[in-house]
Amino acid sequence: MSSSLLPYFLMIPAGLGFLIPLLGRSRIRPADTLAALGTGLLLALSLFTLGKTGKHLVGGWPQPIGITLALDPLSSLMLTLIAGLGLCASIFSIRALDRHTGRSHYYSLFLLMIAGMNGVALTRDLFNLYVFLELASISSYALVAFSAEAEDLEAGFKYAILSGLGSIFILLGIAVVYLCYGTVNLPQLAERLALAPAGELINFSLILLLAGFCIKAGLIPFHFWLPDAHPAAPAPVSAMLSGILIKALGLYALARLLFNVYDLSPGLGRLLLGLGALSMIGGVLLAIGQNDFKRMLAYHSISQIGYIALAFGLGTPLGIMAGIYHLVNHAAFKSLLFLSAGAVEYRTGTRDLNELGGLRARMPVTSAASLVGSLSIAGVPPLNGFFSKLLIIFACVQAGRQGLAAAAVIVSILTLASFMKVQRAAFFGPLKDKWTGLKEVPFSMQLSLFLLMAACLALSLLVLPGLREQFLNSAQAVLSAGIMPAGGSR
Amino acid sequence: MKEGMSLIVKTVARWVVGFIFLYGIYITAEGHLGPGGGFSGGIILACSYILILIAYGRRFASRNLDWRIARIMAGVAALSFLALAMLGMIFETGGNAHFFDNLIRKNLPGTAFHLFSGGNIPLLNLALAILVLASVFTAFVLLAAVRFWETRGKKFFSSLEDGP
Repeated sequence: MSSSLLPYFLMIPAGLGFLIPLLGRSRIRPADTLAALGTGLLLALSLFTLGKTGKHLVGGWPQPIGITLALDPLSSLMLTLIAGLGLCASIFSIRALDRHTGRSHYYSLFLLMIAGMNGVALTRDLFNLYVFLELASISSYALVAFSAEAEDLEAGFKYAILSGLGSIFILLGIAVVYLCYGTVNLPQLAERLALAPAGELINFSLILLLAGFCIKAGLIPFHFWLPDAHPAAPAPVSAMLSGILIKALGLYALARLLFNVYDLSPGLGRLLLGLGALSMIGGVLLAIGQNDFKRMLAYHSISQIGYIALAFGLGTPLGIMAGIYHLVNHAAFKSLLFLSAGAVEYRTGTRDLNELGGLRARMPVTSAASLVGSLSIAGVPPLNGFFSKLLIIFACVQAGRQGLAAAAVIVSILTLASFMKVQRAAFFGPLKDKWTGLKEVPFSMQLSLFLLMAACLALSLLVLPGLREQFLNSAQAVLSAGIMPAGGSR
Repeated sequence: MKEGMSLIVKTVARWVVGFIFLYGIYITAEGHLGPGGGFSGGIILACSYILILIAYGRRFASRNLDWRIARIMAGVAALSFLALAMLGMIFETGGNAHFFDNLIRKNLPGTAFHLFSGGNIPLLNLALAILVLASVFTAFVLLAAVRFWETRGKKFFSSLEDGP
C-alpha cells in the first residue's frame, strides 16, 4: 500500500537533517554516509511509488479538515527526480566539500531542502504548501551562501531578499484565497472556485500567486536572483537549485495551481506562453556573452525553464506532456553540467572559461560528462534533450503557433552555439601550460557524473510508446484533467 | 562587572526575567486547551534568555545556557517531535496508521477541555517550545558574535567548524 509510505518522504530527510548535526566527527564520516544512504533510500521509495496513486490523511482527519498528502503520477515523478538528483549531489558533495568547513551543517540544510521539496510535491493543502516551500527556500538561502566568501554572501542575501519577496506574495495570495473561499484544501478550493463567479479579489490572488511562483521559478521578468545565486553556491547545491528547486517550488507548484485549482483559462495560458517565450529567448541571449562557466549555465537554466513554461502555456495534452518531459530531461542534463563545472572548479580553482583550455587531455571523465550535457541541452539527436525539444516544437505547431515553434528552433541553435564555445574554450584545443599537472577528479565525483550521464542517455527512451504512456502521459493526464475532484483518490 | 548594560537595566532584567520565563511555560502548557502553543511559548522563553544576554553580556548568558548545549537541545527536541509524530505510524497498522496520529488520546481520552485531554499535543508543544527556545537563542548568540568579529569572533567561529 503506497499511501502509508507517503509520510516517509518527509520523515526520512527531516529526521536525518536534524540527526546529522548531533553526531560528532569520526572516521566513518557519519554526515556523508547518512546523507547518501538517506537519499538512496528516498530514491528506492520513490521508484517504488512511481506511477502509483494514493492518499494519506495526516493525523487521521478527513479530507477538508486535515492536511492531506496525496500521490499521483506527476508528484511521484517529481519525488523521483528530487531523490535521484539528491543522491547524485550528495555523492558529489563528499569530496566537493573538501575545502569547506561545517560539513554537518551543510548536509543538515541539504536534507531539509529535500524534505521541503518532497512536501511541496505531496501536499494537497495550500498553506501547507507554503510552509514546505519556505522550508526548502530558507535552507537554500543558507546553502547558496555556504562558501561564505564576500560574493557568496552577497548572492545569498540577494536571493534571500528576492525569494522572500516571492514568499510574501504567495502568503498574501493564500490569505486572499482564504478570505474569499474559506478553505485552503486544494480539492475543496477548486470545487468552490468552479462554482463561484469570477471576482476581482480572486484575480488579485491569482496575480499574487503567479508573481510569487514566477520569482521562485526564475522566469524572466523575475529572474534577478538566479544568475547570482547559482554560481555562488557550491556545485552540488547549484545542481540541486537549477535541476529541481526552481521547478519543484516554481513551475510544479504553479502548474498544479493553474491547472488543477484555477482551471487554466485561455488568457492565463497566453500569459504563461508570453513569460515562457520571453525567458526562453532572453535567457539564451544573456548566456551567450558570459565567460563564467556557472553563470552561463544559470542563464541557460532561465532559457530552459522558459521552454517548459511555454509548453505548459500551450495547454494542449501534447504541450503539457512535452513540458513535463523537458522538465525531467532538464533536471538530468543541467545538473550534469553544473556538476562537471564544479569538477573543473575543484581541480583548477577557476570558473573563467578564458583561463581554461585543453582539459580533455587531463580530465577525460569530466570532459565527457560536460560534452554529453552540452549536446543534450543543445538538442542533438540521440540524447534526451532532442526528443523533448522536438515534442515542444511539434506541440507549438499543433496548437497553431508556428512563430513560437520557429523561436524554439532558433533558441536551440543559439544554445548549441553557446555550448560549442564552452567546449572549445575549456575542454578542446591546446592544453595550457599551467594545467599540465592536472588530475582527474576523485572517484566519488566521477561516480555521480557517470550516473547522470547514464540518466541523460536512458531518459531519451521515455519517448518510446510503452514507456511514454506509463510515465509521461499519466503525469500529463493529471494536469489536463482540470480541477481536482474532492472525493477522488487525488 | 564591566560587560552588559547599566545597573538599572540589570536590576530590572533580574526582576522580570523569571516572570517572562514563567509566562513562556504557561503559554506552552496552555497550548492544547486554549490560545498558546509551543511556538509562541518557545519564543517567549527565548526572549527571557535574550534579555539576560542583552543586559548582562554574552559571557554571563553563556553561563546560563551555553550555545553549544542549546544546539544539541534543538536537535534533540526536533527529533523527539518527529518521534512523537511517528508514534501512530509505528504502533498502528493498515488503514489506521497515520502521520501525527494522536495515539495517546486514543488510549487515554480524558475529559475534553480538562487537563490531560490533549493526548500527545502537550508533548508536541513541549518539544516545539524547547526547539524554538534553543534555535532562536543560538541564532541570537551567533548574530551577537558578529559584533565581536575583530576581537574574539574569529576564535569563536573557528570553534564552530567541525574540521575537514
